[in-house]
Amino acid sequence: MSETSTRMAAVIRDLQKHYVLKSETVRALRGVSFEVPEGDYVAIMGPSGSGKSTLLNLLGCLDQPTHGSFLLGGDDVARMTDDELSTIRASRIGFVFQSYNLIAQLSVVENIEVPLYYMGNLNAESRKRSIELAKMVGLGERLDHRPTQLSGGQQQRVAIARSLVNDPYFILADEATGNLDSVTTEEILALFQRLNDEGKTIIMVTHEDEVAEHAKRVIRLRDGEIQFDKPVEGRKVFTAKQIQEIAHNADVASHGAD
Amino acid sequence: MLHFRTVKLGTKSLLLHPMRSLLTVLGIFIGVASVIWLLAIGEGISKEAQRQIEDLGAENIIIRSIQPPDESGGNFRQITAFGVTRNESKLINDTISTVKRVLPIRELKQKFAYTGNPNVKPIDGRLVGCTSDYAEVTRLEIDRGHFLTTREVELNRPVCVIAARLADKLFPSEDPLNKQIYLPEKKELFKIVGVLKHRNATAAIGGSLAAQDFSLDIYIPVTTMRARMTDQESKRSGGSFSTKLFELSQITVQVKSADDVPRTAELVEATLRQNDPNRQDISVVVPYELLEQAKTTRLMFMMFMGLIAAISLIVGGIGIMNIMLATVTERTREIGIRRALGGKQRDIVLQFLVETITLSIVGGITGILMGLLCPVAVDVSRWGLEYFAPQLYASLPEVARVMRPTIVPISIPVAFGISVVVGVFFGLYPAVRAAQLDPIEALRHE
Repeated sequence: MSETSTRMAAVIRDLQKHYVLKSETVRALRGVSFEVPEGDYVAIMGPSGSGKSTLLNLLGCLDQPTHGSFLLGGDDVARMTDDELSTIRASRIGFVFQSYNLIAQLSVVENIEVPLYYMGNLNAESRKRSIELAKMVGLGERLDHRPTQLSGGQQQRVAIARSLVNDPYFILADEATGNLDSVTTEEILALFQRLNDEGKTIIMVTHEDEVAEHAKRVIRLRDGEIQFDKPVEGRKVFTAKQIQEIAHNADVASHGAD
Repeated sequence: MLHFRTVKLGTKSLLLHPMRSLLTVLGIFIGVASVIWLLAIGEGISKEAQRQIEDLGAENIIIRSIQPPDESGGNFRQITAFGVTRNESKLINDTISTVKRVLPIRELKQKFAYTGNPNVKPIDGRLVGCTSDYAEVTRLEIDRGHFLTTREVELNRPVCVIAARLADKLFPSEDPLNKQIYLPEKKELFKIVGVLKHRNATAAIGGSLAAQDFSLDIYIPVTTMRARMTDQESKRSGGSFSTKLFELSQITVQVKSADDVPRTAELVEATLRQNDPNRQDISVVVPYELLEQAKTTRLMFMMFMGLIAAISLIVGGIGIMNIMLATVTERTREIGIRRALGGKQRDIVLQFLVETITLSIVGGITGILMGLLCPVAVDVSRWGLEYFAPQLYASLPEVARVMRPTIVPISIPVAFGISVVVGVFFGLYPAVRAAQLDPIEALRHE
C-alpha cells in the first residue's frame, strides 16, 4: 500500500558504461537497473573489477553513462553538461569519502559549508545550520579546528556533517569506514543508522560484510551486472541506548585527546 | 561573482606556504620597484642633463675658438692668429637683426696669488675677460660687492670679480673685497670688486665645449685684458716655448627669442664662414638644438629603462606561473574534492586566479612603496659612499652625484596595472589547467 506512494531518491534504468582503452572497449557496467526509495539504506558490494567504482562515480554525478538513465529527483542526470552536473552535486548529493577529503585550509565549520558556498547560499542562516550539524555529529566545541587537529573518526564526522548540509537526496558513502579502526567504525555506522532512522537515504559502497550487515539492503555486483539485490537478513541494528552510549564514548574519547 | 570568501580562502591557501608565497611576491616586488626606480633615475638624469644645457641658455649661440694643430714644426716665428675675432663679434651684433647682444670672452689659464697672506700658495685658475653682461647671460650670481660694470669695462679698469671657491682658498680668513689679486705670470694686480655665489658646473657638451667649472674663475674687463696682456699668449713649459695668438676664446650670441635660434645660428655660421667655408678654428654650439636632442635622447632612455623593467616583471610573472603550476599539482586532490562538492570549472579557475592576483597585487603594492623610497635610497647610498669610500665617490661622474631621482607619476599606476596583468596572464594557464582536471582522477590523486 505504501510502496506506490514512496518517493524515489534515485531511479537507475539499464545503466551502461564503456571505456575505450586503446583499441579495446572495457564494458565496466553492462546494464544495471535499480531504484532507491527515500529512507532506504543500501550497501553496494562486489569484488574489485565488478563495476563498483564506476557505479559510484555515476551515482555521484562525477561521470556520465554511455547508455541508460539516472533519474535524480525527476531529472535525467545522464544528459547534463559539466556545469549542470556540478550544480546537482552541490545541491542533491552528500559525499562521504574513505579518506574524509576535508580541505586543509578550512576550519570544521567552513568545511561543512563548502557545498553551500558552491550553491551560492552562504549567509548567516547557513552558518547557523552548519554549526548545528557540527553539534549533531559531536563537534560543536571544535568549530574552528583545522582537519589536521582532528582524529580520523572526527574528520569523518565532519565529512558526514558536510554531506548533510545541502539536505541531499541521498548520502553517497564510499568505503566510509575503510580507514578507521573497529571502534570508530562502529561510531560512524551508528551515526549512519541514526541518520537513516531520521529518514535520510544512504547508499554506501563497501567490500566489508560486517559493514554491509548494517544496511537494509545489499546490491552485489559482478562483472558489471547485478548479481543479487536483496534485503539484509539478520541486519545488525544499534539500539537507541547503544547509539547514545557510542556517541557519549566518542565524545569522551575526543575530549580525552585534547 | 567574486565572493569575499574566495579572496579569504585564497589568502589562507597562500599563507599555508608563507616562504613560497614570499619568494613569489618578491619577483613581482622587484619588477614593480625596478619599473619605478629605473624611470625615476632615468628622469632624474635627463632632467639634470636638460638643466645643464639650459644653464648654457636656450636662447644662446656659443662660438668657441679652437686652436688648430701645430703644423709649424716648432718654429715659433710663424705665429698665425686663430679663432673668432672682435670684428666678427661686432659684425654679428650689427648685421643680424634677431641678435640681442654679443658677448666677447677671452679666457686664459693663470696662476692667482694673494701677497697679503704668505701661507697661501698661488692657485691655478681661469682668467676670464668679459663684459658686464656676462654675469646675466651665464647666470652668475653675486654674493658680495658687484659684478663688472659697463663703466669699468669702458675705462679698462684693473678690477676683478672672483668665484666663491677661489675666494675661499685665497682668503681663508679675510674678506676678499677690495684686496688685490696678483697674477705672477703677468705681473699684474687686480682689485676685487665682487665675489660670486657657489654654483654647479655645467655639462661638457659634444667635445666642443668643455665642462665649465666656474669655481676657480676670475673675471676682468675684456678691454683691460686686451690693453694689458695683448692678444698674444706665450707659455713656457718644460723648456719649450709656445705662443698662441687669438683675439677671443668665445663669443656668446644672445638671440631675442628662442624660436629664432636655429635661423640665427645659420646666419651666424654663414657670417663666420663667408671667406672660408671649411674654417677649422671655430666651433658653433647651439644649446637649443642640444636641448631638442636631449629630449629625444630622454625618450629613448625612458623606453630602454622601461624595457629592462618590463623584462624583470615578466621574469616575476614566470615565477608566479611556475609556483602556481606546482601548487595545482600539489593540490590536485583539493581540486577533486571541490569539484565533487559542486565546484564548477569556473569556480576553480577563479580560486586559483584569485591567488595569483593576490600575490601580484601584494608584490605590486610593496613594490610601489619601495619605488617611492627611491630618492631617499639614492641619497642614503650617496651619503654612505661619500662617507665610507670618498675616493670612489669623487670619481663618480658629476651627474651621478647631483642627479635627483624624479618619480614619474604615471609609473605608479602603470607598474601596478602591469603587476595585475602579469598576475592574470601568468595565472590563467595554471588555473585553467586545474579546472580541466577530471574530478574522478583528481580525487584519486595522492
